[in-house]
Amino acid sequence: MSVVLTETAAKHVQNFLIKRGKGVGLRVGVRTSGCSGMAYKLEFADSANVEDLQFVSNGVTLLIDPQSLPYIDGMELDYTREGLNEGFKFNNPNVKDACGCGESFTV
Amino acid sequence: MALLQISEPGLSAAPHQHRLAVGIDLGTTNSLVATVRNSISLVLNDQDGRALLPSVVRYLPDGGVQVGDVAQAVQSEDPINTIVSVKRFMGRGLADVGDVANMPYRFVDAPGMVQLRTVAGVKSPVEVSAEILNVLRVRAEQSLGGELVGAVITVPAYFDDAQRQATKDAAKLAGVNVLRLLNEPTAAAIAYGLDNAAEGIYAVYDLGGGTFDISILKLSKGVFEVLATNGDSALGGDDFDHRIYCGLLEKNKLSALGAHDTRLLLTRARAAKEELTDHAETRITAMLSGGDLIDTLLTQKDFHDMTLNLVARTMQPMRRALRDAELSADDIKGVVMVGGSTRMPQVQRAVAEFFKQTPLTNLDPDKVVALGAAIQANVLAGNRNADEWLLLDVSPLSLGIETMGGLTEKIIPRNSTIPTARAQEFTTFKDGQTAMSIHVVQGERELVSDCRSLARFELRGIPPMVAGSARIRVTYQIDADGLLSVSAREQSSGVESHIVVKPSYGLSDAEIAQMLQDSGRHAHDDMRARALREQQVEANQLLEAVSNALDQDGNTLLNEEQKTRILAAMGALRNELQGTDHLVIKRAAAQLNDATVTYAQARMDKSVSHALTGQKISELDN
Repeated sequence: MSVVLTETAAKHVQNFLIKRGKGVGLRVGVRTSGCSGMAYKLEFADSANVEDLQFVSNGVTLLIDPQSLPYIDGMELDYTREGLNEGFKFNNPNVKDACGCGESFTV
Repeated sequence: MALLQISEPGLSAAPHQHRLAVGIDLGTTNSLVATVRNSISLVLNDQDGRALLPSVVRYLPDGGVQVGDVAQAVQSEDPINTIVSVKRFMGRGLADVGDVANMPYRFVDAPGMVQLRTVAGVKSPVEVSAEILNVLRVRAEQSLGGELVGAVITVPAYFDDAQRQATKDAAKLAGVNVLRLLNEPTAAAIAYGLDNAAEGIYAVYDLGGGTFDISILKLSKGVFEVLATNGDSALGGDDFDHRIYCGLLEKNKLSALGAHDTRLLLTRARAAKEELTDHAETRITAMLSGGDLIDTLLTQKDFHDMTLNLVARTMQPMRRALRDAELSADDIKGVVMVGGSTRMPQVQRAVAEFFKQTPLTNLDPDKVVALGAAIQANVLAGNRNADEWLLLDVSPLSLGIETMGGLTEKIIPRNSTIPTARAQEFTTFKDGQTAMSIHVVQGERELVSDCRSLARFELRGIPPMVAGSARIRVTYQIDADGLLSVSAREQSSGVESHIVVKPSYGLSDAEIAQMLQDSGRHAHDDMRARALREQQVEANQLLEAVSNALDQDGNTLLNEEQKTRILAAMGALRNELQGTDHLVIKRAAAQLNDATVTYAQARMDKSVSHALTGQKISELDN
């Protein structure tokens, strides 16, 4: 059971956390929303909740609530550039189908 | 799949509902677009990694448009169709632009705003600015992977209504939804996080390519108030290049050069200036078209010495701004540096010496305004808890109304925080008056003729009443972008009239600066002018009242001698009204008043006895 960050993604997250000036790590999760049923949640975490599962990947603490984990178990977060745009990409082995833009998905 | 950004805790947007917002610095020389990503404000680059988009637009014969570096590159080959520094024309009439002869454009004097005749037709400055905004919008949408919710666009603090409206119109034309127009110095202060700092007074020193602005801002309870602005609209980095260029001519004993050589040397001078920012010396080499080789060593000290008086020229506006704000350099808590020219060490030293503190320079001075605008846009788009962060701006000049005698009554004073609404009650001047003309003016002076006229409209349908008994409430409202709407309402009948002020054309920067300075310099004259006008209005009112009375019952209540005396006093007052001494008019009016005391008494007795005729004492007791 785990979720990992690529080295590039980890470097960016660490940078963002330093520039933001606070935060203990990155909260990753899913919630039911969007046209295809589920959507990712990606937020800075200022504190950990009691029930949170914690993983450390390439030096970054990932906080995941237990309900979300089954949907994103084994996922890899990458940071990529597409044209002028750049951001986090979710490589999630659990996804069966996603909407056109991929912001919303089905497992 | 879509690329995701990290949100603040609890603020993850639902899919397809990311609220993408940007800040745009629509500059005279360069424009930029910035956004907040992963909680960090950053400038968005183009495909080639360039952040600055030169504010240059070129129109092509086939109707095509080039914007930015491509247009700038051919500026000297196609000067008529290549528009630079269009910001100077925004919201201005031809008369406001000035120095038209020295610009390569074919100006068309259109009502409201000057227009430019290009190979692709006549273009207004709003259209030209829209081309720049459009390029920035496309860049932002490609970078953020979606459509923009809106943008915060920055404008100079001294921009008036017409210039702000023109900026908004340009955004509309470019398909950019304007969340807010923000004053440039305020944006710079936000970028440095001064808005969450303790309260205090800050100075923003903005030395750009061709203009210098100094603003004194006061932050209290989340409100940035512009206490004073000053500057020099013809001083900037280009003047420093020119000094090096002149030095080169002198050292190499060159006389007048052709256009090509001049441009070559100016380019070299600029490179040398930039080199000297972090090098003690630099070598300038150039081969002129005549075969002369220029090879000159320039040290930081030489450069410093030859630009001493340019740096000194920024000190005068700084002193004036502080004086306007009634502050001394010791009151300034922090100094923000804006504009590429503030990289020059001699500028930083001079500013540090003046304010006796190290200015803030850790953000890129070219980007700081856009970065601040992006932070504001992010809040306005709802990507942050807005309650923790509320920022207000202020109106740059007082807004007033014309009252009898051509006087200005200020309704919204300068530096009021906006949005704001203020109302004042006015009344009719003559018996049975059924309409009132409302004249909206902007400026600091006492007389309407010295202020800028913004709009006129009429309130009709006032029920006929005795002079002074109608109650007309005039409300001035400025929205968050600094744009004005005015309404007038007669309270008893409810008749109403209103106008959204879209001024025919705006004030020039120099005019605004002039108006602000004049208001101080002319304070004494204005007071006298005001006193004179007030006295004239009063005297005319008195004359009218007396002659009305004479018409009614002058022959029945007065004997010949009394009547002659009153008529003489009226004649004397009419005579003095031609003069300009308000005290003399006042004396003459007082004499007429004296002459009519017994007459007024007689009229009063007559109307009282008239009213009492046929009534019983008992009824009067009630």
